[in-house]
Amino acid sequence: MPIKSRPIYPGLKLDQRARRHLVAAEGEGALAVLAIFEGKGDAAASATIVYTPGGSAGEDHAEKLADLKPDALHVMPSQETAIVRLNGLLGNAAMGTRLYAAGVEGFIGKVIASGLEHGVDHQSIYTEHCGSLARRVQCVHCKGMTENVTATPFTCSHCGLNLFVRDHYSRRLAAFQGVVVDCETPGELPEIEELYR
Amino acid sequence: MTIQFKKETFRDDFTFSNSPEAIRRFPFPFDKDQYMYAVNIEQHMPGPEKSPYEFPIDIDEHYVAEMEDRALVLKQDPLRCQSLPHMITAEWDLVELLMESMAKNYPEHFQLTRDGDRWHWVNQPLGIDQRFTFGDTATLPCPPMEYITRQCQGDFNLLDQRHDNLWMDAGIVTTQADWSLDFDIGMNFMEWHAPVPIAHDLGVFDRALKFLLNLQQGRPVRRLNWTMTINPRLDTSPENYHKWGIDRTTVTPENVGNKVHLRVELQALWRLPRSNAIVFSIRAYLIKMEELVTIPKWARRFHRVLRDLPPELADYKGLTRYRETTVDWLSKYDDGAPTSPGFFPD
Repeated sequence: MPIKSRPIYPGLKLDQRARRHLVAAEGEGALAVLAIFEGKGDAAASATIVYTPGGSAGEDHAEKLADLKPDALHVMPSQETAIVRLNGLLGNAAMGTRLYAAGVEGFIGKVIASGLEHGVDHQSIYTEHCGSLARRVQCVHCKGMTENVTATPFTCSHCGLNLFVRDHYSRRLAAFQGVVVDCETPGELPEIEELYR
Repeated sequence: MTIQFKKETFRDDFTFSNSPEAIRRFPFPFDKDQYMYAVNIEQHMPGPEKSPYEFPIDIDEHYVAEMEDRALVLKQDPLRCQSLPHMITAEWDLVELLMESMAKNYPEHFQLTRDGDRWHWVNQPLGIDQRFTFGDTATLPCPPMEYITRQCQGDFNLLDQRHDNLWMDAGIVTTQADWSLDFDIGMNFMEWHAPVPIAHDLGVFDRALKFLLNLQQGRPVRRLNWTMTINPRLDTSPENYHKWGIDRTTVTPENVGNKVHLRVELQALWRLPRSNAIVFSIRAYLIKMEELVTIPKWARRFHRVLRDLPPELADYKGLTRYRETTVDWLSKYDDGAPTSPGFFPD
């Protein structure tokens, strides 16, 4: 059953009417970007792409994105630095700019959260989920974020509590909710399930 | 009518209890011997005298102690009170709604004098005397929603209406049944209800949302919800679940009567005049099993409701670990006699 609070990522498409394309991509998300701009030289020429290779560092995705000849391509070393760059670009974005996001869910979430802070309605952002199903999870107790969670329960990387991942997603935090799993049964942990590879 | 405010605690030594009068006015939520989700929304009309529905905002003997507990929660976790910047008009709307209602219905405890934008608010039980300019945040010691809800029982949320949806964009939440404002703020109606089982499939939320989008000014509505809590703890937040969750393992046949509480939420919704936002108030009432069974009809009925509750509902409400012990204890008070229809004691 779908999680009602989790966004739906319908897949990227090119907005032909946009005057500017602001594209944020992570890892395998590059492939989704290539697919919509391939053979669309005019559109690419008005596109700014922020890309962080993540787990796809060994591939040549960045070169292929450069081959699209976008107006600008920013290849960034991490999701955090990509978001800093994106925030800078959003701060100067003009009317007629379409925002795109492609990559792992945690990255899409951060792009949407950045958009929200700059007054971009989340429903107007084109999104595509690519690569791992890993989740970004916020510990409800200490509020710390743990990236790339692939199993439940897992250990909070900040406070060390054993958390299970609740099927509840916050767009503002770009994260699922993690809740302590063994406080009613100290020392007794349910079996760890690899659910989000 | 002067209320005698009790000195009591909702944590540590848990001295909370209900007077016989408070027991009789408890908002018992079951009008039948079984329970299932429903869109049980009705007009928030004045109810019977001395009932919690007599006035729009109910102030009772637990007022002062509850406000002290709220202050403790906020001191430890300021994220329990948050408001997105566009909600400031709705915050002032809330100040007006609560001050007007409290002053009108409990004049021996609260007084409000309005002279244009210059307001004078006196809260005697909490020893507050405040002159301020309505609409000017700098004239209050803290933001308007926080200011007034530190002086009013119940959690409060302010819902913005746009795109045919309601958005939880502000709130103060210190007495919640396991949900996090910090996590849910900014979500729409469907999103913040995501973790609730079964009800989505029953279409309950679609119908409730449709109804609330058309809520009219001056025509508030209410509904009851319920769960159970071990010890009279108001702050059963997910934030602190790692501290209170263990309480659920401490129920024994000997201590059910004093430890296990029925927790009823009187939820009310008002359309606000300036902001067009909606106030969603969630007022929690607690009653111990040994207090509940002093009303024979409620003892019989609650025994049957709890015994026959669908397992997924029991799980969601977190009752599973102590449900059987509680049902066994309650069974001593159920002679199998039929119960009369309706909520109220016979």
